[in-house]
Amino acid sequence: MSTTTAPAAPPEQAPARRRFALPGSLVRNLGLVIALVALCIVGYVTAGDRFLSTDNFVTILRFAAVIGVVSIGMTFVITAGGIDLSVGSVLGLASIWASTLATQTMAGQVHWSIIVLTACLVGAGCGLVNGVLIAYGKVVAFIATLAMMVGARGLAEMISDKRTQIVTENDFLDFFRGSPLGVPMLVWIFALVAALGWVLLNRTTFGRRTIAVGGNPEAARLAGIRVREHTVALYVLCGLCAGLAGAMMLARTTAGSSTHGTLYELDAIAAVVVGGTLLMGGRGTIVGSVLGVLIFSALSNIFTLNNLSISAQSVTKGAIIVVAVLLQQRFASRSLSSP
Amino acid sequence: MVDADPFLTMQGIVKHFPGAKALDGVDLDVRPGEVHCVLGQNGAGKSTLIKVLAGAHQPDAGEIRIDGEPVTISSPVAALKLGIATMYQELDVVDGLSVAENVYLGHELSTGGLVNRRAMNSGARALLKQLGHPEIHASEEVGRLSAAGKQIVSMARALSRKARIIVMDEPSAVLDAEEVANLFRVVKEVTATGIAVIYISHRLEEIRQIGDRITVLKDGRSVATGLEVSDTPTLQLITLMTGRTVEYAFAARPHVDPEAPEVLVVEDLGLEGVFSDVSLSVRAGEIVGLAGLVGSGRSEILETIYGARRSSSGRVRVNGKRLAPGSVPAAVRAGVGLCPEERKSQGLLLDEPIYRNITLSTFARFARGSFLDEQSERRAAKEQIAALDLRPGDPNRDARTLSGGNQQKILLARWLEHGCRVLVLDEPTRGVDVGARAEIYALIARLAAAGTAILVVSSEIPEVLGLSDTVLVISEGRVVHRGPARDIDEHRVLDLVMEGRAA
Repeated sequence: MSTTTAPAAPPEQAPARRRFALPGSLVRNLGLVIALVALCIVGYVTAGDRFLSTDNFVTILRFAAVIGVVSIGMTFVITAGGIDLSVGSVLGLASIWASTLATQTMAGQVHWSIIVLTACLVGAGCGLVNGVLIAYGKVVAFIATLAMMVGARGLAEMISDKRTQIVTENDFLDFFRGSPLGVPMLVWIFALVAALGWVLLNRTTFGRRTIAVGGNPEAARLAGIRVREHTVALYVLCGLCAGLAGAMMLARTTAGSSTHGTLYELDAIAAVVVGGTLLMGGRGTIVGSVLGVLIFSALSNIFTLNNLSISAQSVTKGAIIVVAVLLQQRFASRSLSSP
Repeated sequence: MVDADPFLTMQGIVKHFPGAKALDGVDLDVRPGEVHCVLGQNGAGKSTLIKVLAGAHQPDAGEIRIDGEPVTISSPVAALKLGIATMYQELDVVDGLSVAENVYLGHELSTGGLVNRRAMNSGARALLKQLGHPEIHASEEVGRLSAAGKQIVSMARALSRKARIIVMDEPSAVLDAEEVANLFRVVKEVTATGIAVIYISHRLEEIRQIGDRITVLKDGRSVATGLEVSDTPTLQLITLMTGRTVEYAFAARPHVDPEAPEVLVVEDLGLEGVFSDVSLSVRAGEIVGLAGLVGSGRSEILETIYGARRSSSGRVRVNGKRLAPGSVPAAVRAGVGLCPEERKSQGLLLDEPIYRNITLSTFARFARGSFLDEQSERRAAKEQIAALDLRPGDPNRDARTLSGGNQQKILLARWLEHGCRVLVLDEPTRGVDVGARAEIYALIARLAAAGTAILVVSSEIPEVLGLSDTVLVISEGRVVHRGPARDIDEHRVLDLVMEGRAA
């Protein structure tokens, strides 16, 4: 562009700057990894080899899997500036609907994939209702999904008559209980969902639209993006994840229950926010959400191994959320003030 | 009263925001008991000035004196302590509390730590009576009051704080004619007791009725301070508000080919209660300007053409094809692009890199299937950056860090990349430095020369006249004049605007 610059300079300039631009997200994820490693050290010091064993790590991952899948869907909704409080209830409803199908409607003659499909469809359906209410009914996301949270839980109780429905479909249970390459199927599913989520958010037009809608919905609208359609799609995606998590829960516990997923919405939001996704939208990270889920899962494990109460666990969780958000704000204000 | 020493003086107030100078040398002096009007277009710096006075913003330079003593207004509480009370346009009353609770919000009357409801009620009653509104009950919930009632409550609060200056931000915007008359009566009563009122507005008629003196803001500067209302003609005020402060550099416009196709045709377009019967056409390579004051409906006309608002009547055609009303995607698909008035809140993803802002309406085109091709996006953005001389030229930099002029170039680049047939520009040089304006003007002219049909709105009449081939004068939501830009001058436009208002 300019004739006064040294001959070799222009093409090299851009990559050099990019290297300068990267650390923001990298540093944040690095911070989470450090926190996770620190937690593992605490685990080793307090519980010794009981913590530091392959079996125990598999346990941590297995327990992270269900909430992890929920958190991936939640990451999309929060990145777009929304919130979904209904995921826990939808998970419960999906597990009930699918187990009803397996134990009553089509007992004994249903292929395992139909059970999974049912759970996913129930989740996506609830997400569709959420999305339409929010995008077209102009109901605030907090309220629309709060209503779904209450309603879906109630519906699950009505369908199941508040009874736990034991599933005995062997092919269904066998599929989810398998451990290809020594890793439980639930963990494989979580890994797959996370990988797909990462690609979707970072490498596709869908992800770009999500960030645009979260960063500035009016600018996105005036640039010709169909904001309402996209909002519906996001809540369907989040519901779908909750439904799939319902099927995973059904397999892990061998039963559908209307109490499945209670308070999962809060765990998922906590993991997403601790992971570095901005609650006000415009910036989201799948890797961060996965690390957030693992941190909370490892924490629970350490507390259980040390025979500490659930209550002490909750207090620590609360402290972690506060510290993580405070650190995040520090980062955010620094990145805003420096040009 | 008029010769009294000023209670408040502001001198050389400067306030920067990242990428823009909101205030760039404002002088203001307010005497006890006067109504001092502050006049200016949107974006002239009125709201920033209010926030400096209210202690919400700290000025970067300049001096504020009260009773001759230099002061720092460090917070909203400090402002109240100094005797400055502010009534914001979105009234800061709490709907769920009673009138009395609102009046004493933040300085509740209490005995022994308990709120003394009775004292607050009687105090509020006295203040409301003083304001001539004994019919408002002190125990009534504020949410049930009209906008006018809420203003009275807000004013009572200012009095309860023993304010010596009340800053009123466009209080008439939410009132009907009768309520405005009542408001003026109350303002007169308040000022009779020696309290000064700073009255912010862009409605000239009101200022005639209520004001003692006037300060005019333009582009963050006070272009006139302390004019006596009685000996300042309205035309002079409008000229001060809209007139040129710098010599605009406009290239001579080539003649538009009269055979060029009409790309954008608008027929009898209307939006209930805002504007009606707007018809216009823009040929390829032509620039059509809309001139009018704030509130004339000019921005709404652009937004309705673009589909961002759903028209209540009329049609919009692009290249002969009718656009679905109220659909931005339809307009964008047909090749219409809008650079909105509020760049930051309506146009940009401030924390996203420049290249993603440039490709915000075209990223799907670069994608292979659903997968983004960020390399191609960057390459295309770089080409646009070079073509528009956008600085700094690093496509990975966040849009927030750019100056107003360069942010505007991002929006132009977005639509250039999209390949627009029609470009709709709302205040293209708002918040743009004087130096960068000439560049934006040259760019717009270049786009037209390349065959784009351009429709532009600006508060600055010389800008509209200098840029456009054809000018439409808008007043009160109606087109009151149309004709070649070279056949009309600024004064004629102002006359038309005033006639339209009188009619």
